[in-house]
Amino acid sequence: MDRLLTVIVLLPLAGFIINGLLGNRLGKRFVSVVGCGLPVLAFAAAIVCLLDLRTSGFAPLVETAYTWAVIGDRSFEISFYFDRLTAVMVLIVTGVGSLIHIYSIGYMKEDTSYARYFAYLNLFLFFMLLLVLGRSLLVLFVGWEGVGLASYLLIGFWFDDPDKARAGKKAFLTNRIGDAGFLLGMFVLFQALGTLEMDKINTAFTSGTPPMVSASLVGILLFIGACGKSAQIPLHVWLPDAMAGPTPVSALIHAATMVTAGVYLVARLSGIYMHAPEASAAIAAVGVMTAFFAATIALVQTDIKKVLAYSTISQLGLMFVALGVGAYGVAIFHLYTHAFFKACLFLGAGSVIHALGGEQDINKMGGLARKIPITFATFAVATAAIAGIPPLAGFFSKDEILWFAFASSFGGSTLLYVVAAGTALLTSLYMFRLLWRTFFGASRLSPEAAHHVHESPPSMTGILIVLAALSAVGGFVALPHFLEPLLPLPEVRAELVAFEAPLLYVSVALAFAGLAGAAFLYGGNAERAERLRRGFPMLHRVLTGKYFVDEAYERFFDRPLFWISERVFLQFGDRKLFDGTLHGIAGLGRRTASALARVQNGDLHLYAFLVLAGIVATLAWSWHHG
Amino acid sequence: MDKTQMLVALSAGLFALGLLGVIVRRNVLVMLMCMELMLNGVNVLLVTFAQQSHSTVGAVLVFLVFVVAAAEIAIAIPIVLLLARRKRTLDIDAYVDLKG
Repeated sequence: MDRLLTVIVLLPLAGFIINGLLGNRLGKRFVSVVGCGLPVLAFAAAIVCLLDLRTSGFAPLVETAYTWAVIGDRSFEISFYFDRLTAVMVLIVTGVGSLIHIYSIGYMKEDTSYARYFAYLNLFLFFMLLLVLGRSLLVLFVGWEGVGLASYLLIGFWFDDPDKARAGKKAFLTNRIGDAGFLLGMFVLFQALGTLEMDKINTAFTSGTPPMVSASLVGILLFIGACGKSAQIPLHVWLPDAMAGPTPVSALIHAATMVTAGVYLVARLSGIYMHAPEASAAIAAVGVMTAFFAATIALVQTDIKKVLAYSTISQLGLMFVALGVGAYGVAIFHLYTHAFFKACLFLGAGSVIHALGGEQDINKMGGLARKIPITFATFAVATAAIAGIPPLAGFFSKDEILWFAFASSFGGSTLLYVVAAGTALLTSLYMFRLLWRTFFGASRLSPEAAHHVHESPPSMTGILIVLAALSAVGGFVALPHFLEPLLPLPEVRAELVAFEAPLLYVSVALAFAGLAGAAFLYGGNAERAERLRRGFPMLHRVLTGKYFVDEAYERFFDRPLFWISERVFLQFGDRKLFDGTLHGIAGLGRRTASALARVQNGDLHLYAFLVLAGIVATLAWSWHHG
Repeated sequence: MDKTQMLVALSAGLFALGLLGVIVRRNVLVMLMCMELMLNGVNVLLVTFAQQSHSTVGAVLVFLVFVVAAAEIAIAIPIVLLLARRKRTLDIDAYVDLKG
């Protein structure tokens, strides 16, 4: 069927329009059918497209939906491009997206703004599909901004709480900084190449004669954009706050799909980055730093969703490490496994929160394994997957990242490996800590929560089971191999090949070390962890304070900006300069008028004389200039 | 100096005389008459150029001026009469309080 790619994109948009305009009148059942049915249809269409792609021998499918603008001899088209990478992304977005939509039916059942929620969720899906299917950077950018908008709307979904509305605003504004870099990168590319279509950009950079533009400059500018969207240092501050939104939103937008857009962008433009070793080194450095610092923060957070948020930042950092050493396919592989286990973890956390009537503090949980067994089982599988316990999905992708961080001939180094491996250990530690504090040990529930606790409805637990199954077996899909014709893996340094098997054991050992450490520290009453905390009060304070990045931004950016806004722009600019000028002009007019008013004294002779003077002056003037 | 130049000079003279009269004389009626003088100075000019360019447009305009002048005087004279009756004088300086 023709136009199938356009159909994929437009299905969620239709859902947004129907639910947005009519949802409140048509009842929750109708909203659920439309809101979940259309993403499922989009998923089915994506599978058909994948089969088409296969029969055409993996030649990319291209579809032009609309000619946006023709300027001079350049035309800007909204066209969709479907190759191996797009196929993976579209399947993740529509597949995990559909599952989370279905989960939301149960989670949001009691909410009064049910239709608005599904409308926003469909809107998000529409923009996300635009982002991954767009052939031109321009279309990608529209999707990029659109998912930002949807994210803002959904973080601030309960906007009557000012804190949540503020979190939405923070996410939106932080992303703007990244977008500035993205836009500049686009301008530079367009000036140098005269096109924004990404396949042509890649060809331009990989062909024999490189274009007259520094690949590293473009690479860094675009990476700034990716930093904002994928919450990398220094633009990571918005993601933990974004947990103010409903939990399925955190799962869909802030774990599985939107935040991975930066990874997708870099992988999609791998042609540039392959020729930009400086930009790639910067990506690897930022990625590994983010991964490590976010993991250390996650160790001490007590809000179940905040732990997962920092874990997401950390995992995204690992994906950027893979991108930085040229292993683009591996980054996408980790993106794909991460989508499953992180969605499962977030939805599991949602199920816990649901069961406890809104409690998110893990200090007030514990001992839930018996009470909500399905949630516990799925959560445990996903935790093991993210920690890298073989043979679950996370093990394969993370091990490949570590391997290429060590051995890639394109920027791999021992230091990079050590920090990334340390992150893997911390990941395992904080994830099992979360599992222990939530599900094991003595119950620390408040009495009313303990009375209220119940397993979630089948529509929610069913999704958890599906996602847990995918987290368990998802790693057996050899995604890097599937993507290799498009995103070739970097060469491994020959002298290091012998280390491949030992490092594999190290990975496994790290995962189990984290498990053992968490069991040791948090087993029983967690008194060992408590003693450890008292041993290092400063360190604990810095970690719970998230390295005081927010406070530093507040002091070094917010306050000076406020000062400049208040003093320079408001007091001086607006009040003195603009108002002053206007009042000055008005005062001048008033004073002139009062001076001239004195001429009007009722003396007709004076009037006539002035008329004469006027005539004479006019004649004299025309005489001179005639 | 040919005929046209003389007529233009005459018209300018009439206009200047009228304007001067309006400026220096204090009697309202005289000022009104001086205004008519100015109008007629313009009329002379119109007629002169109309004849020179063999067109009737200028002559027609003269009639328009006549009509306007007649209408103006028809309003002005009663106003002056009423004012004179109230102020008991025709001196323009006595009417200064009419300013808006």
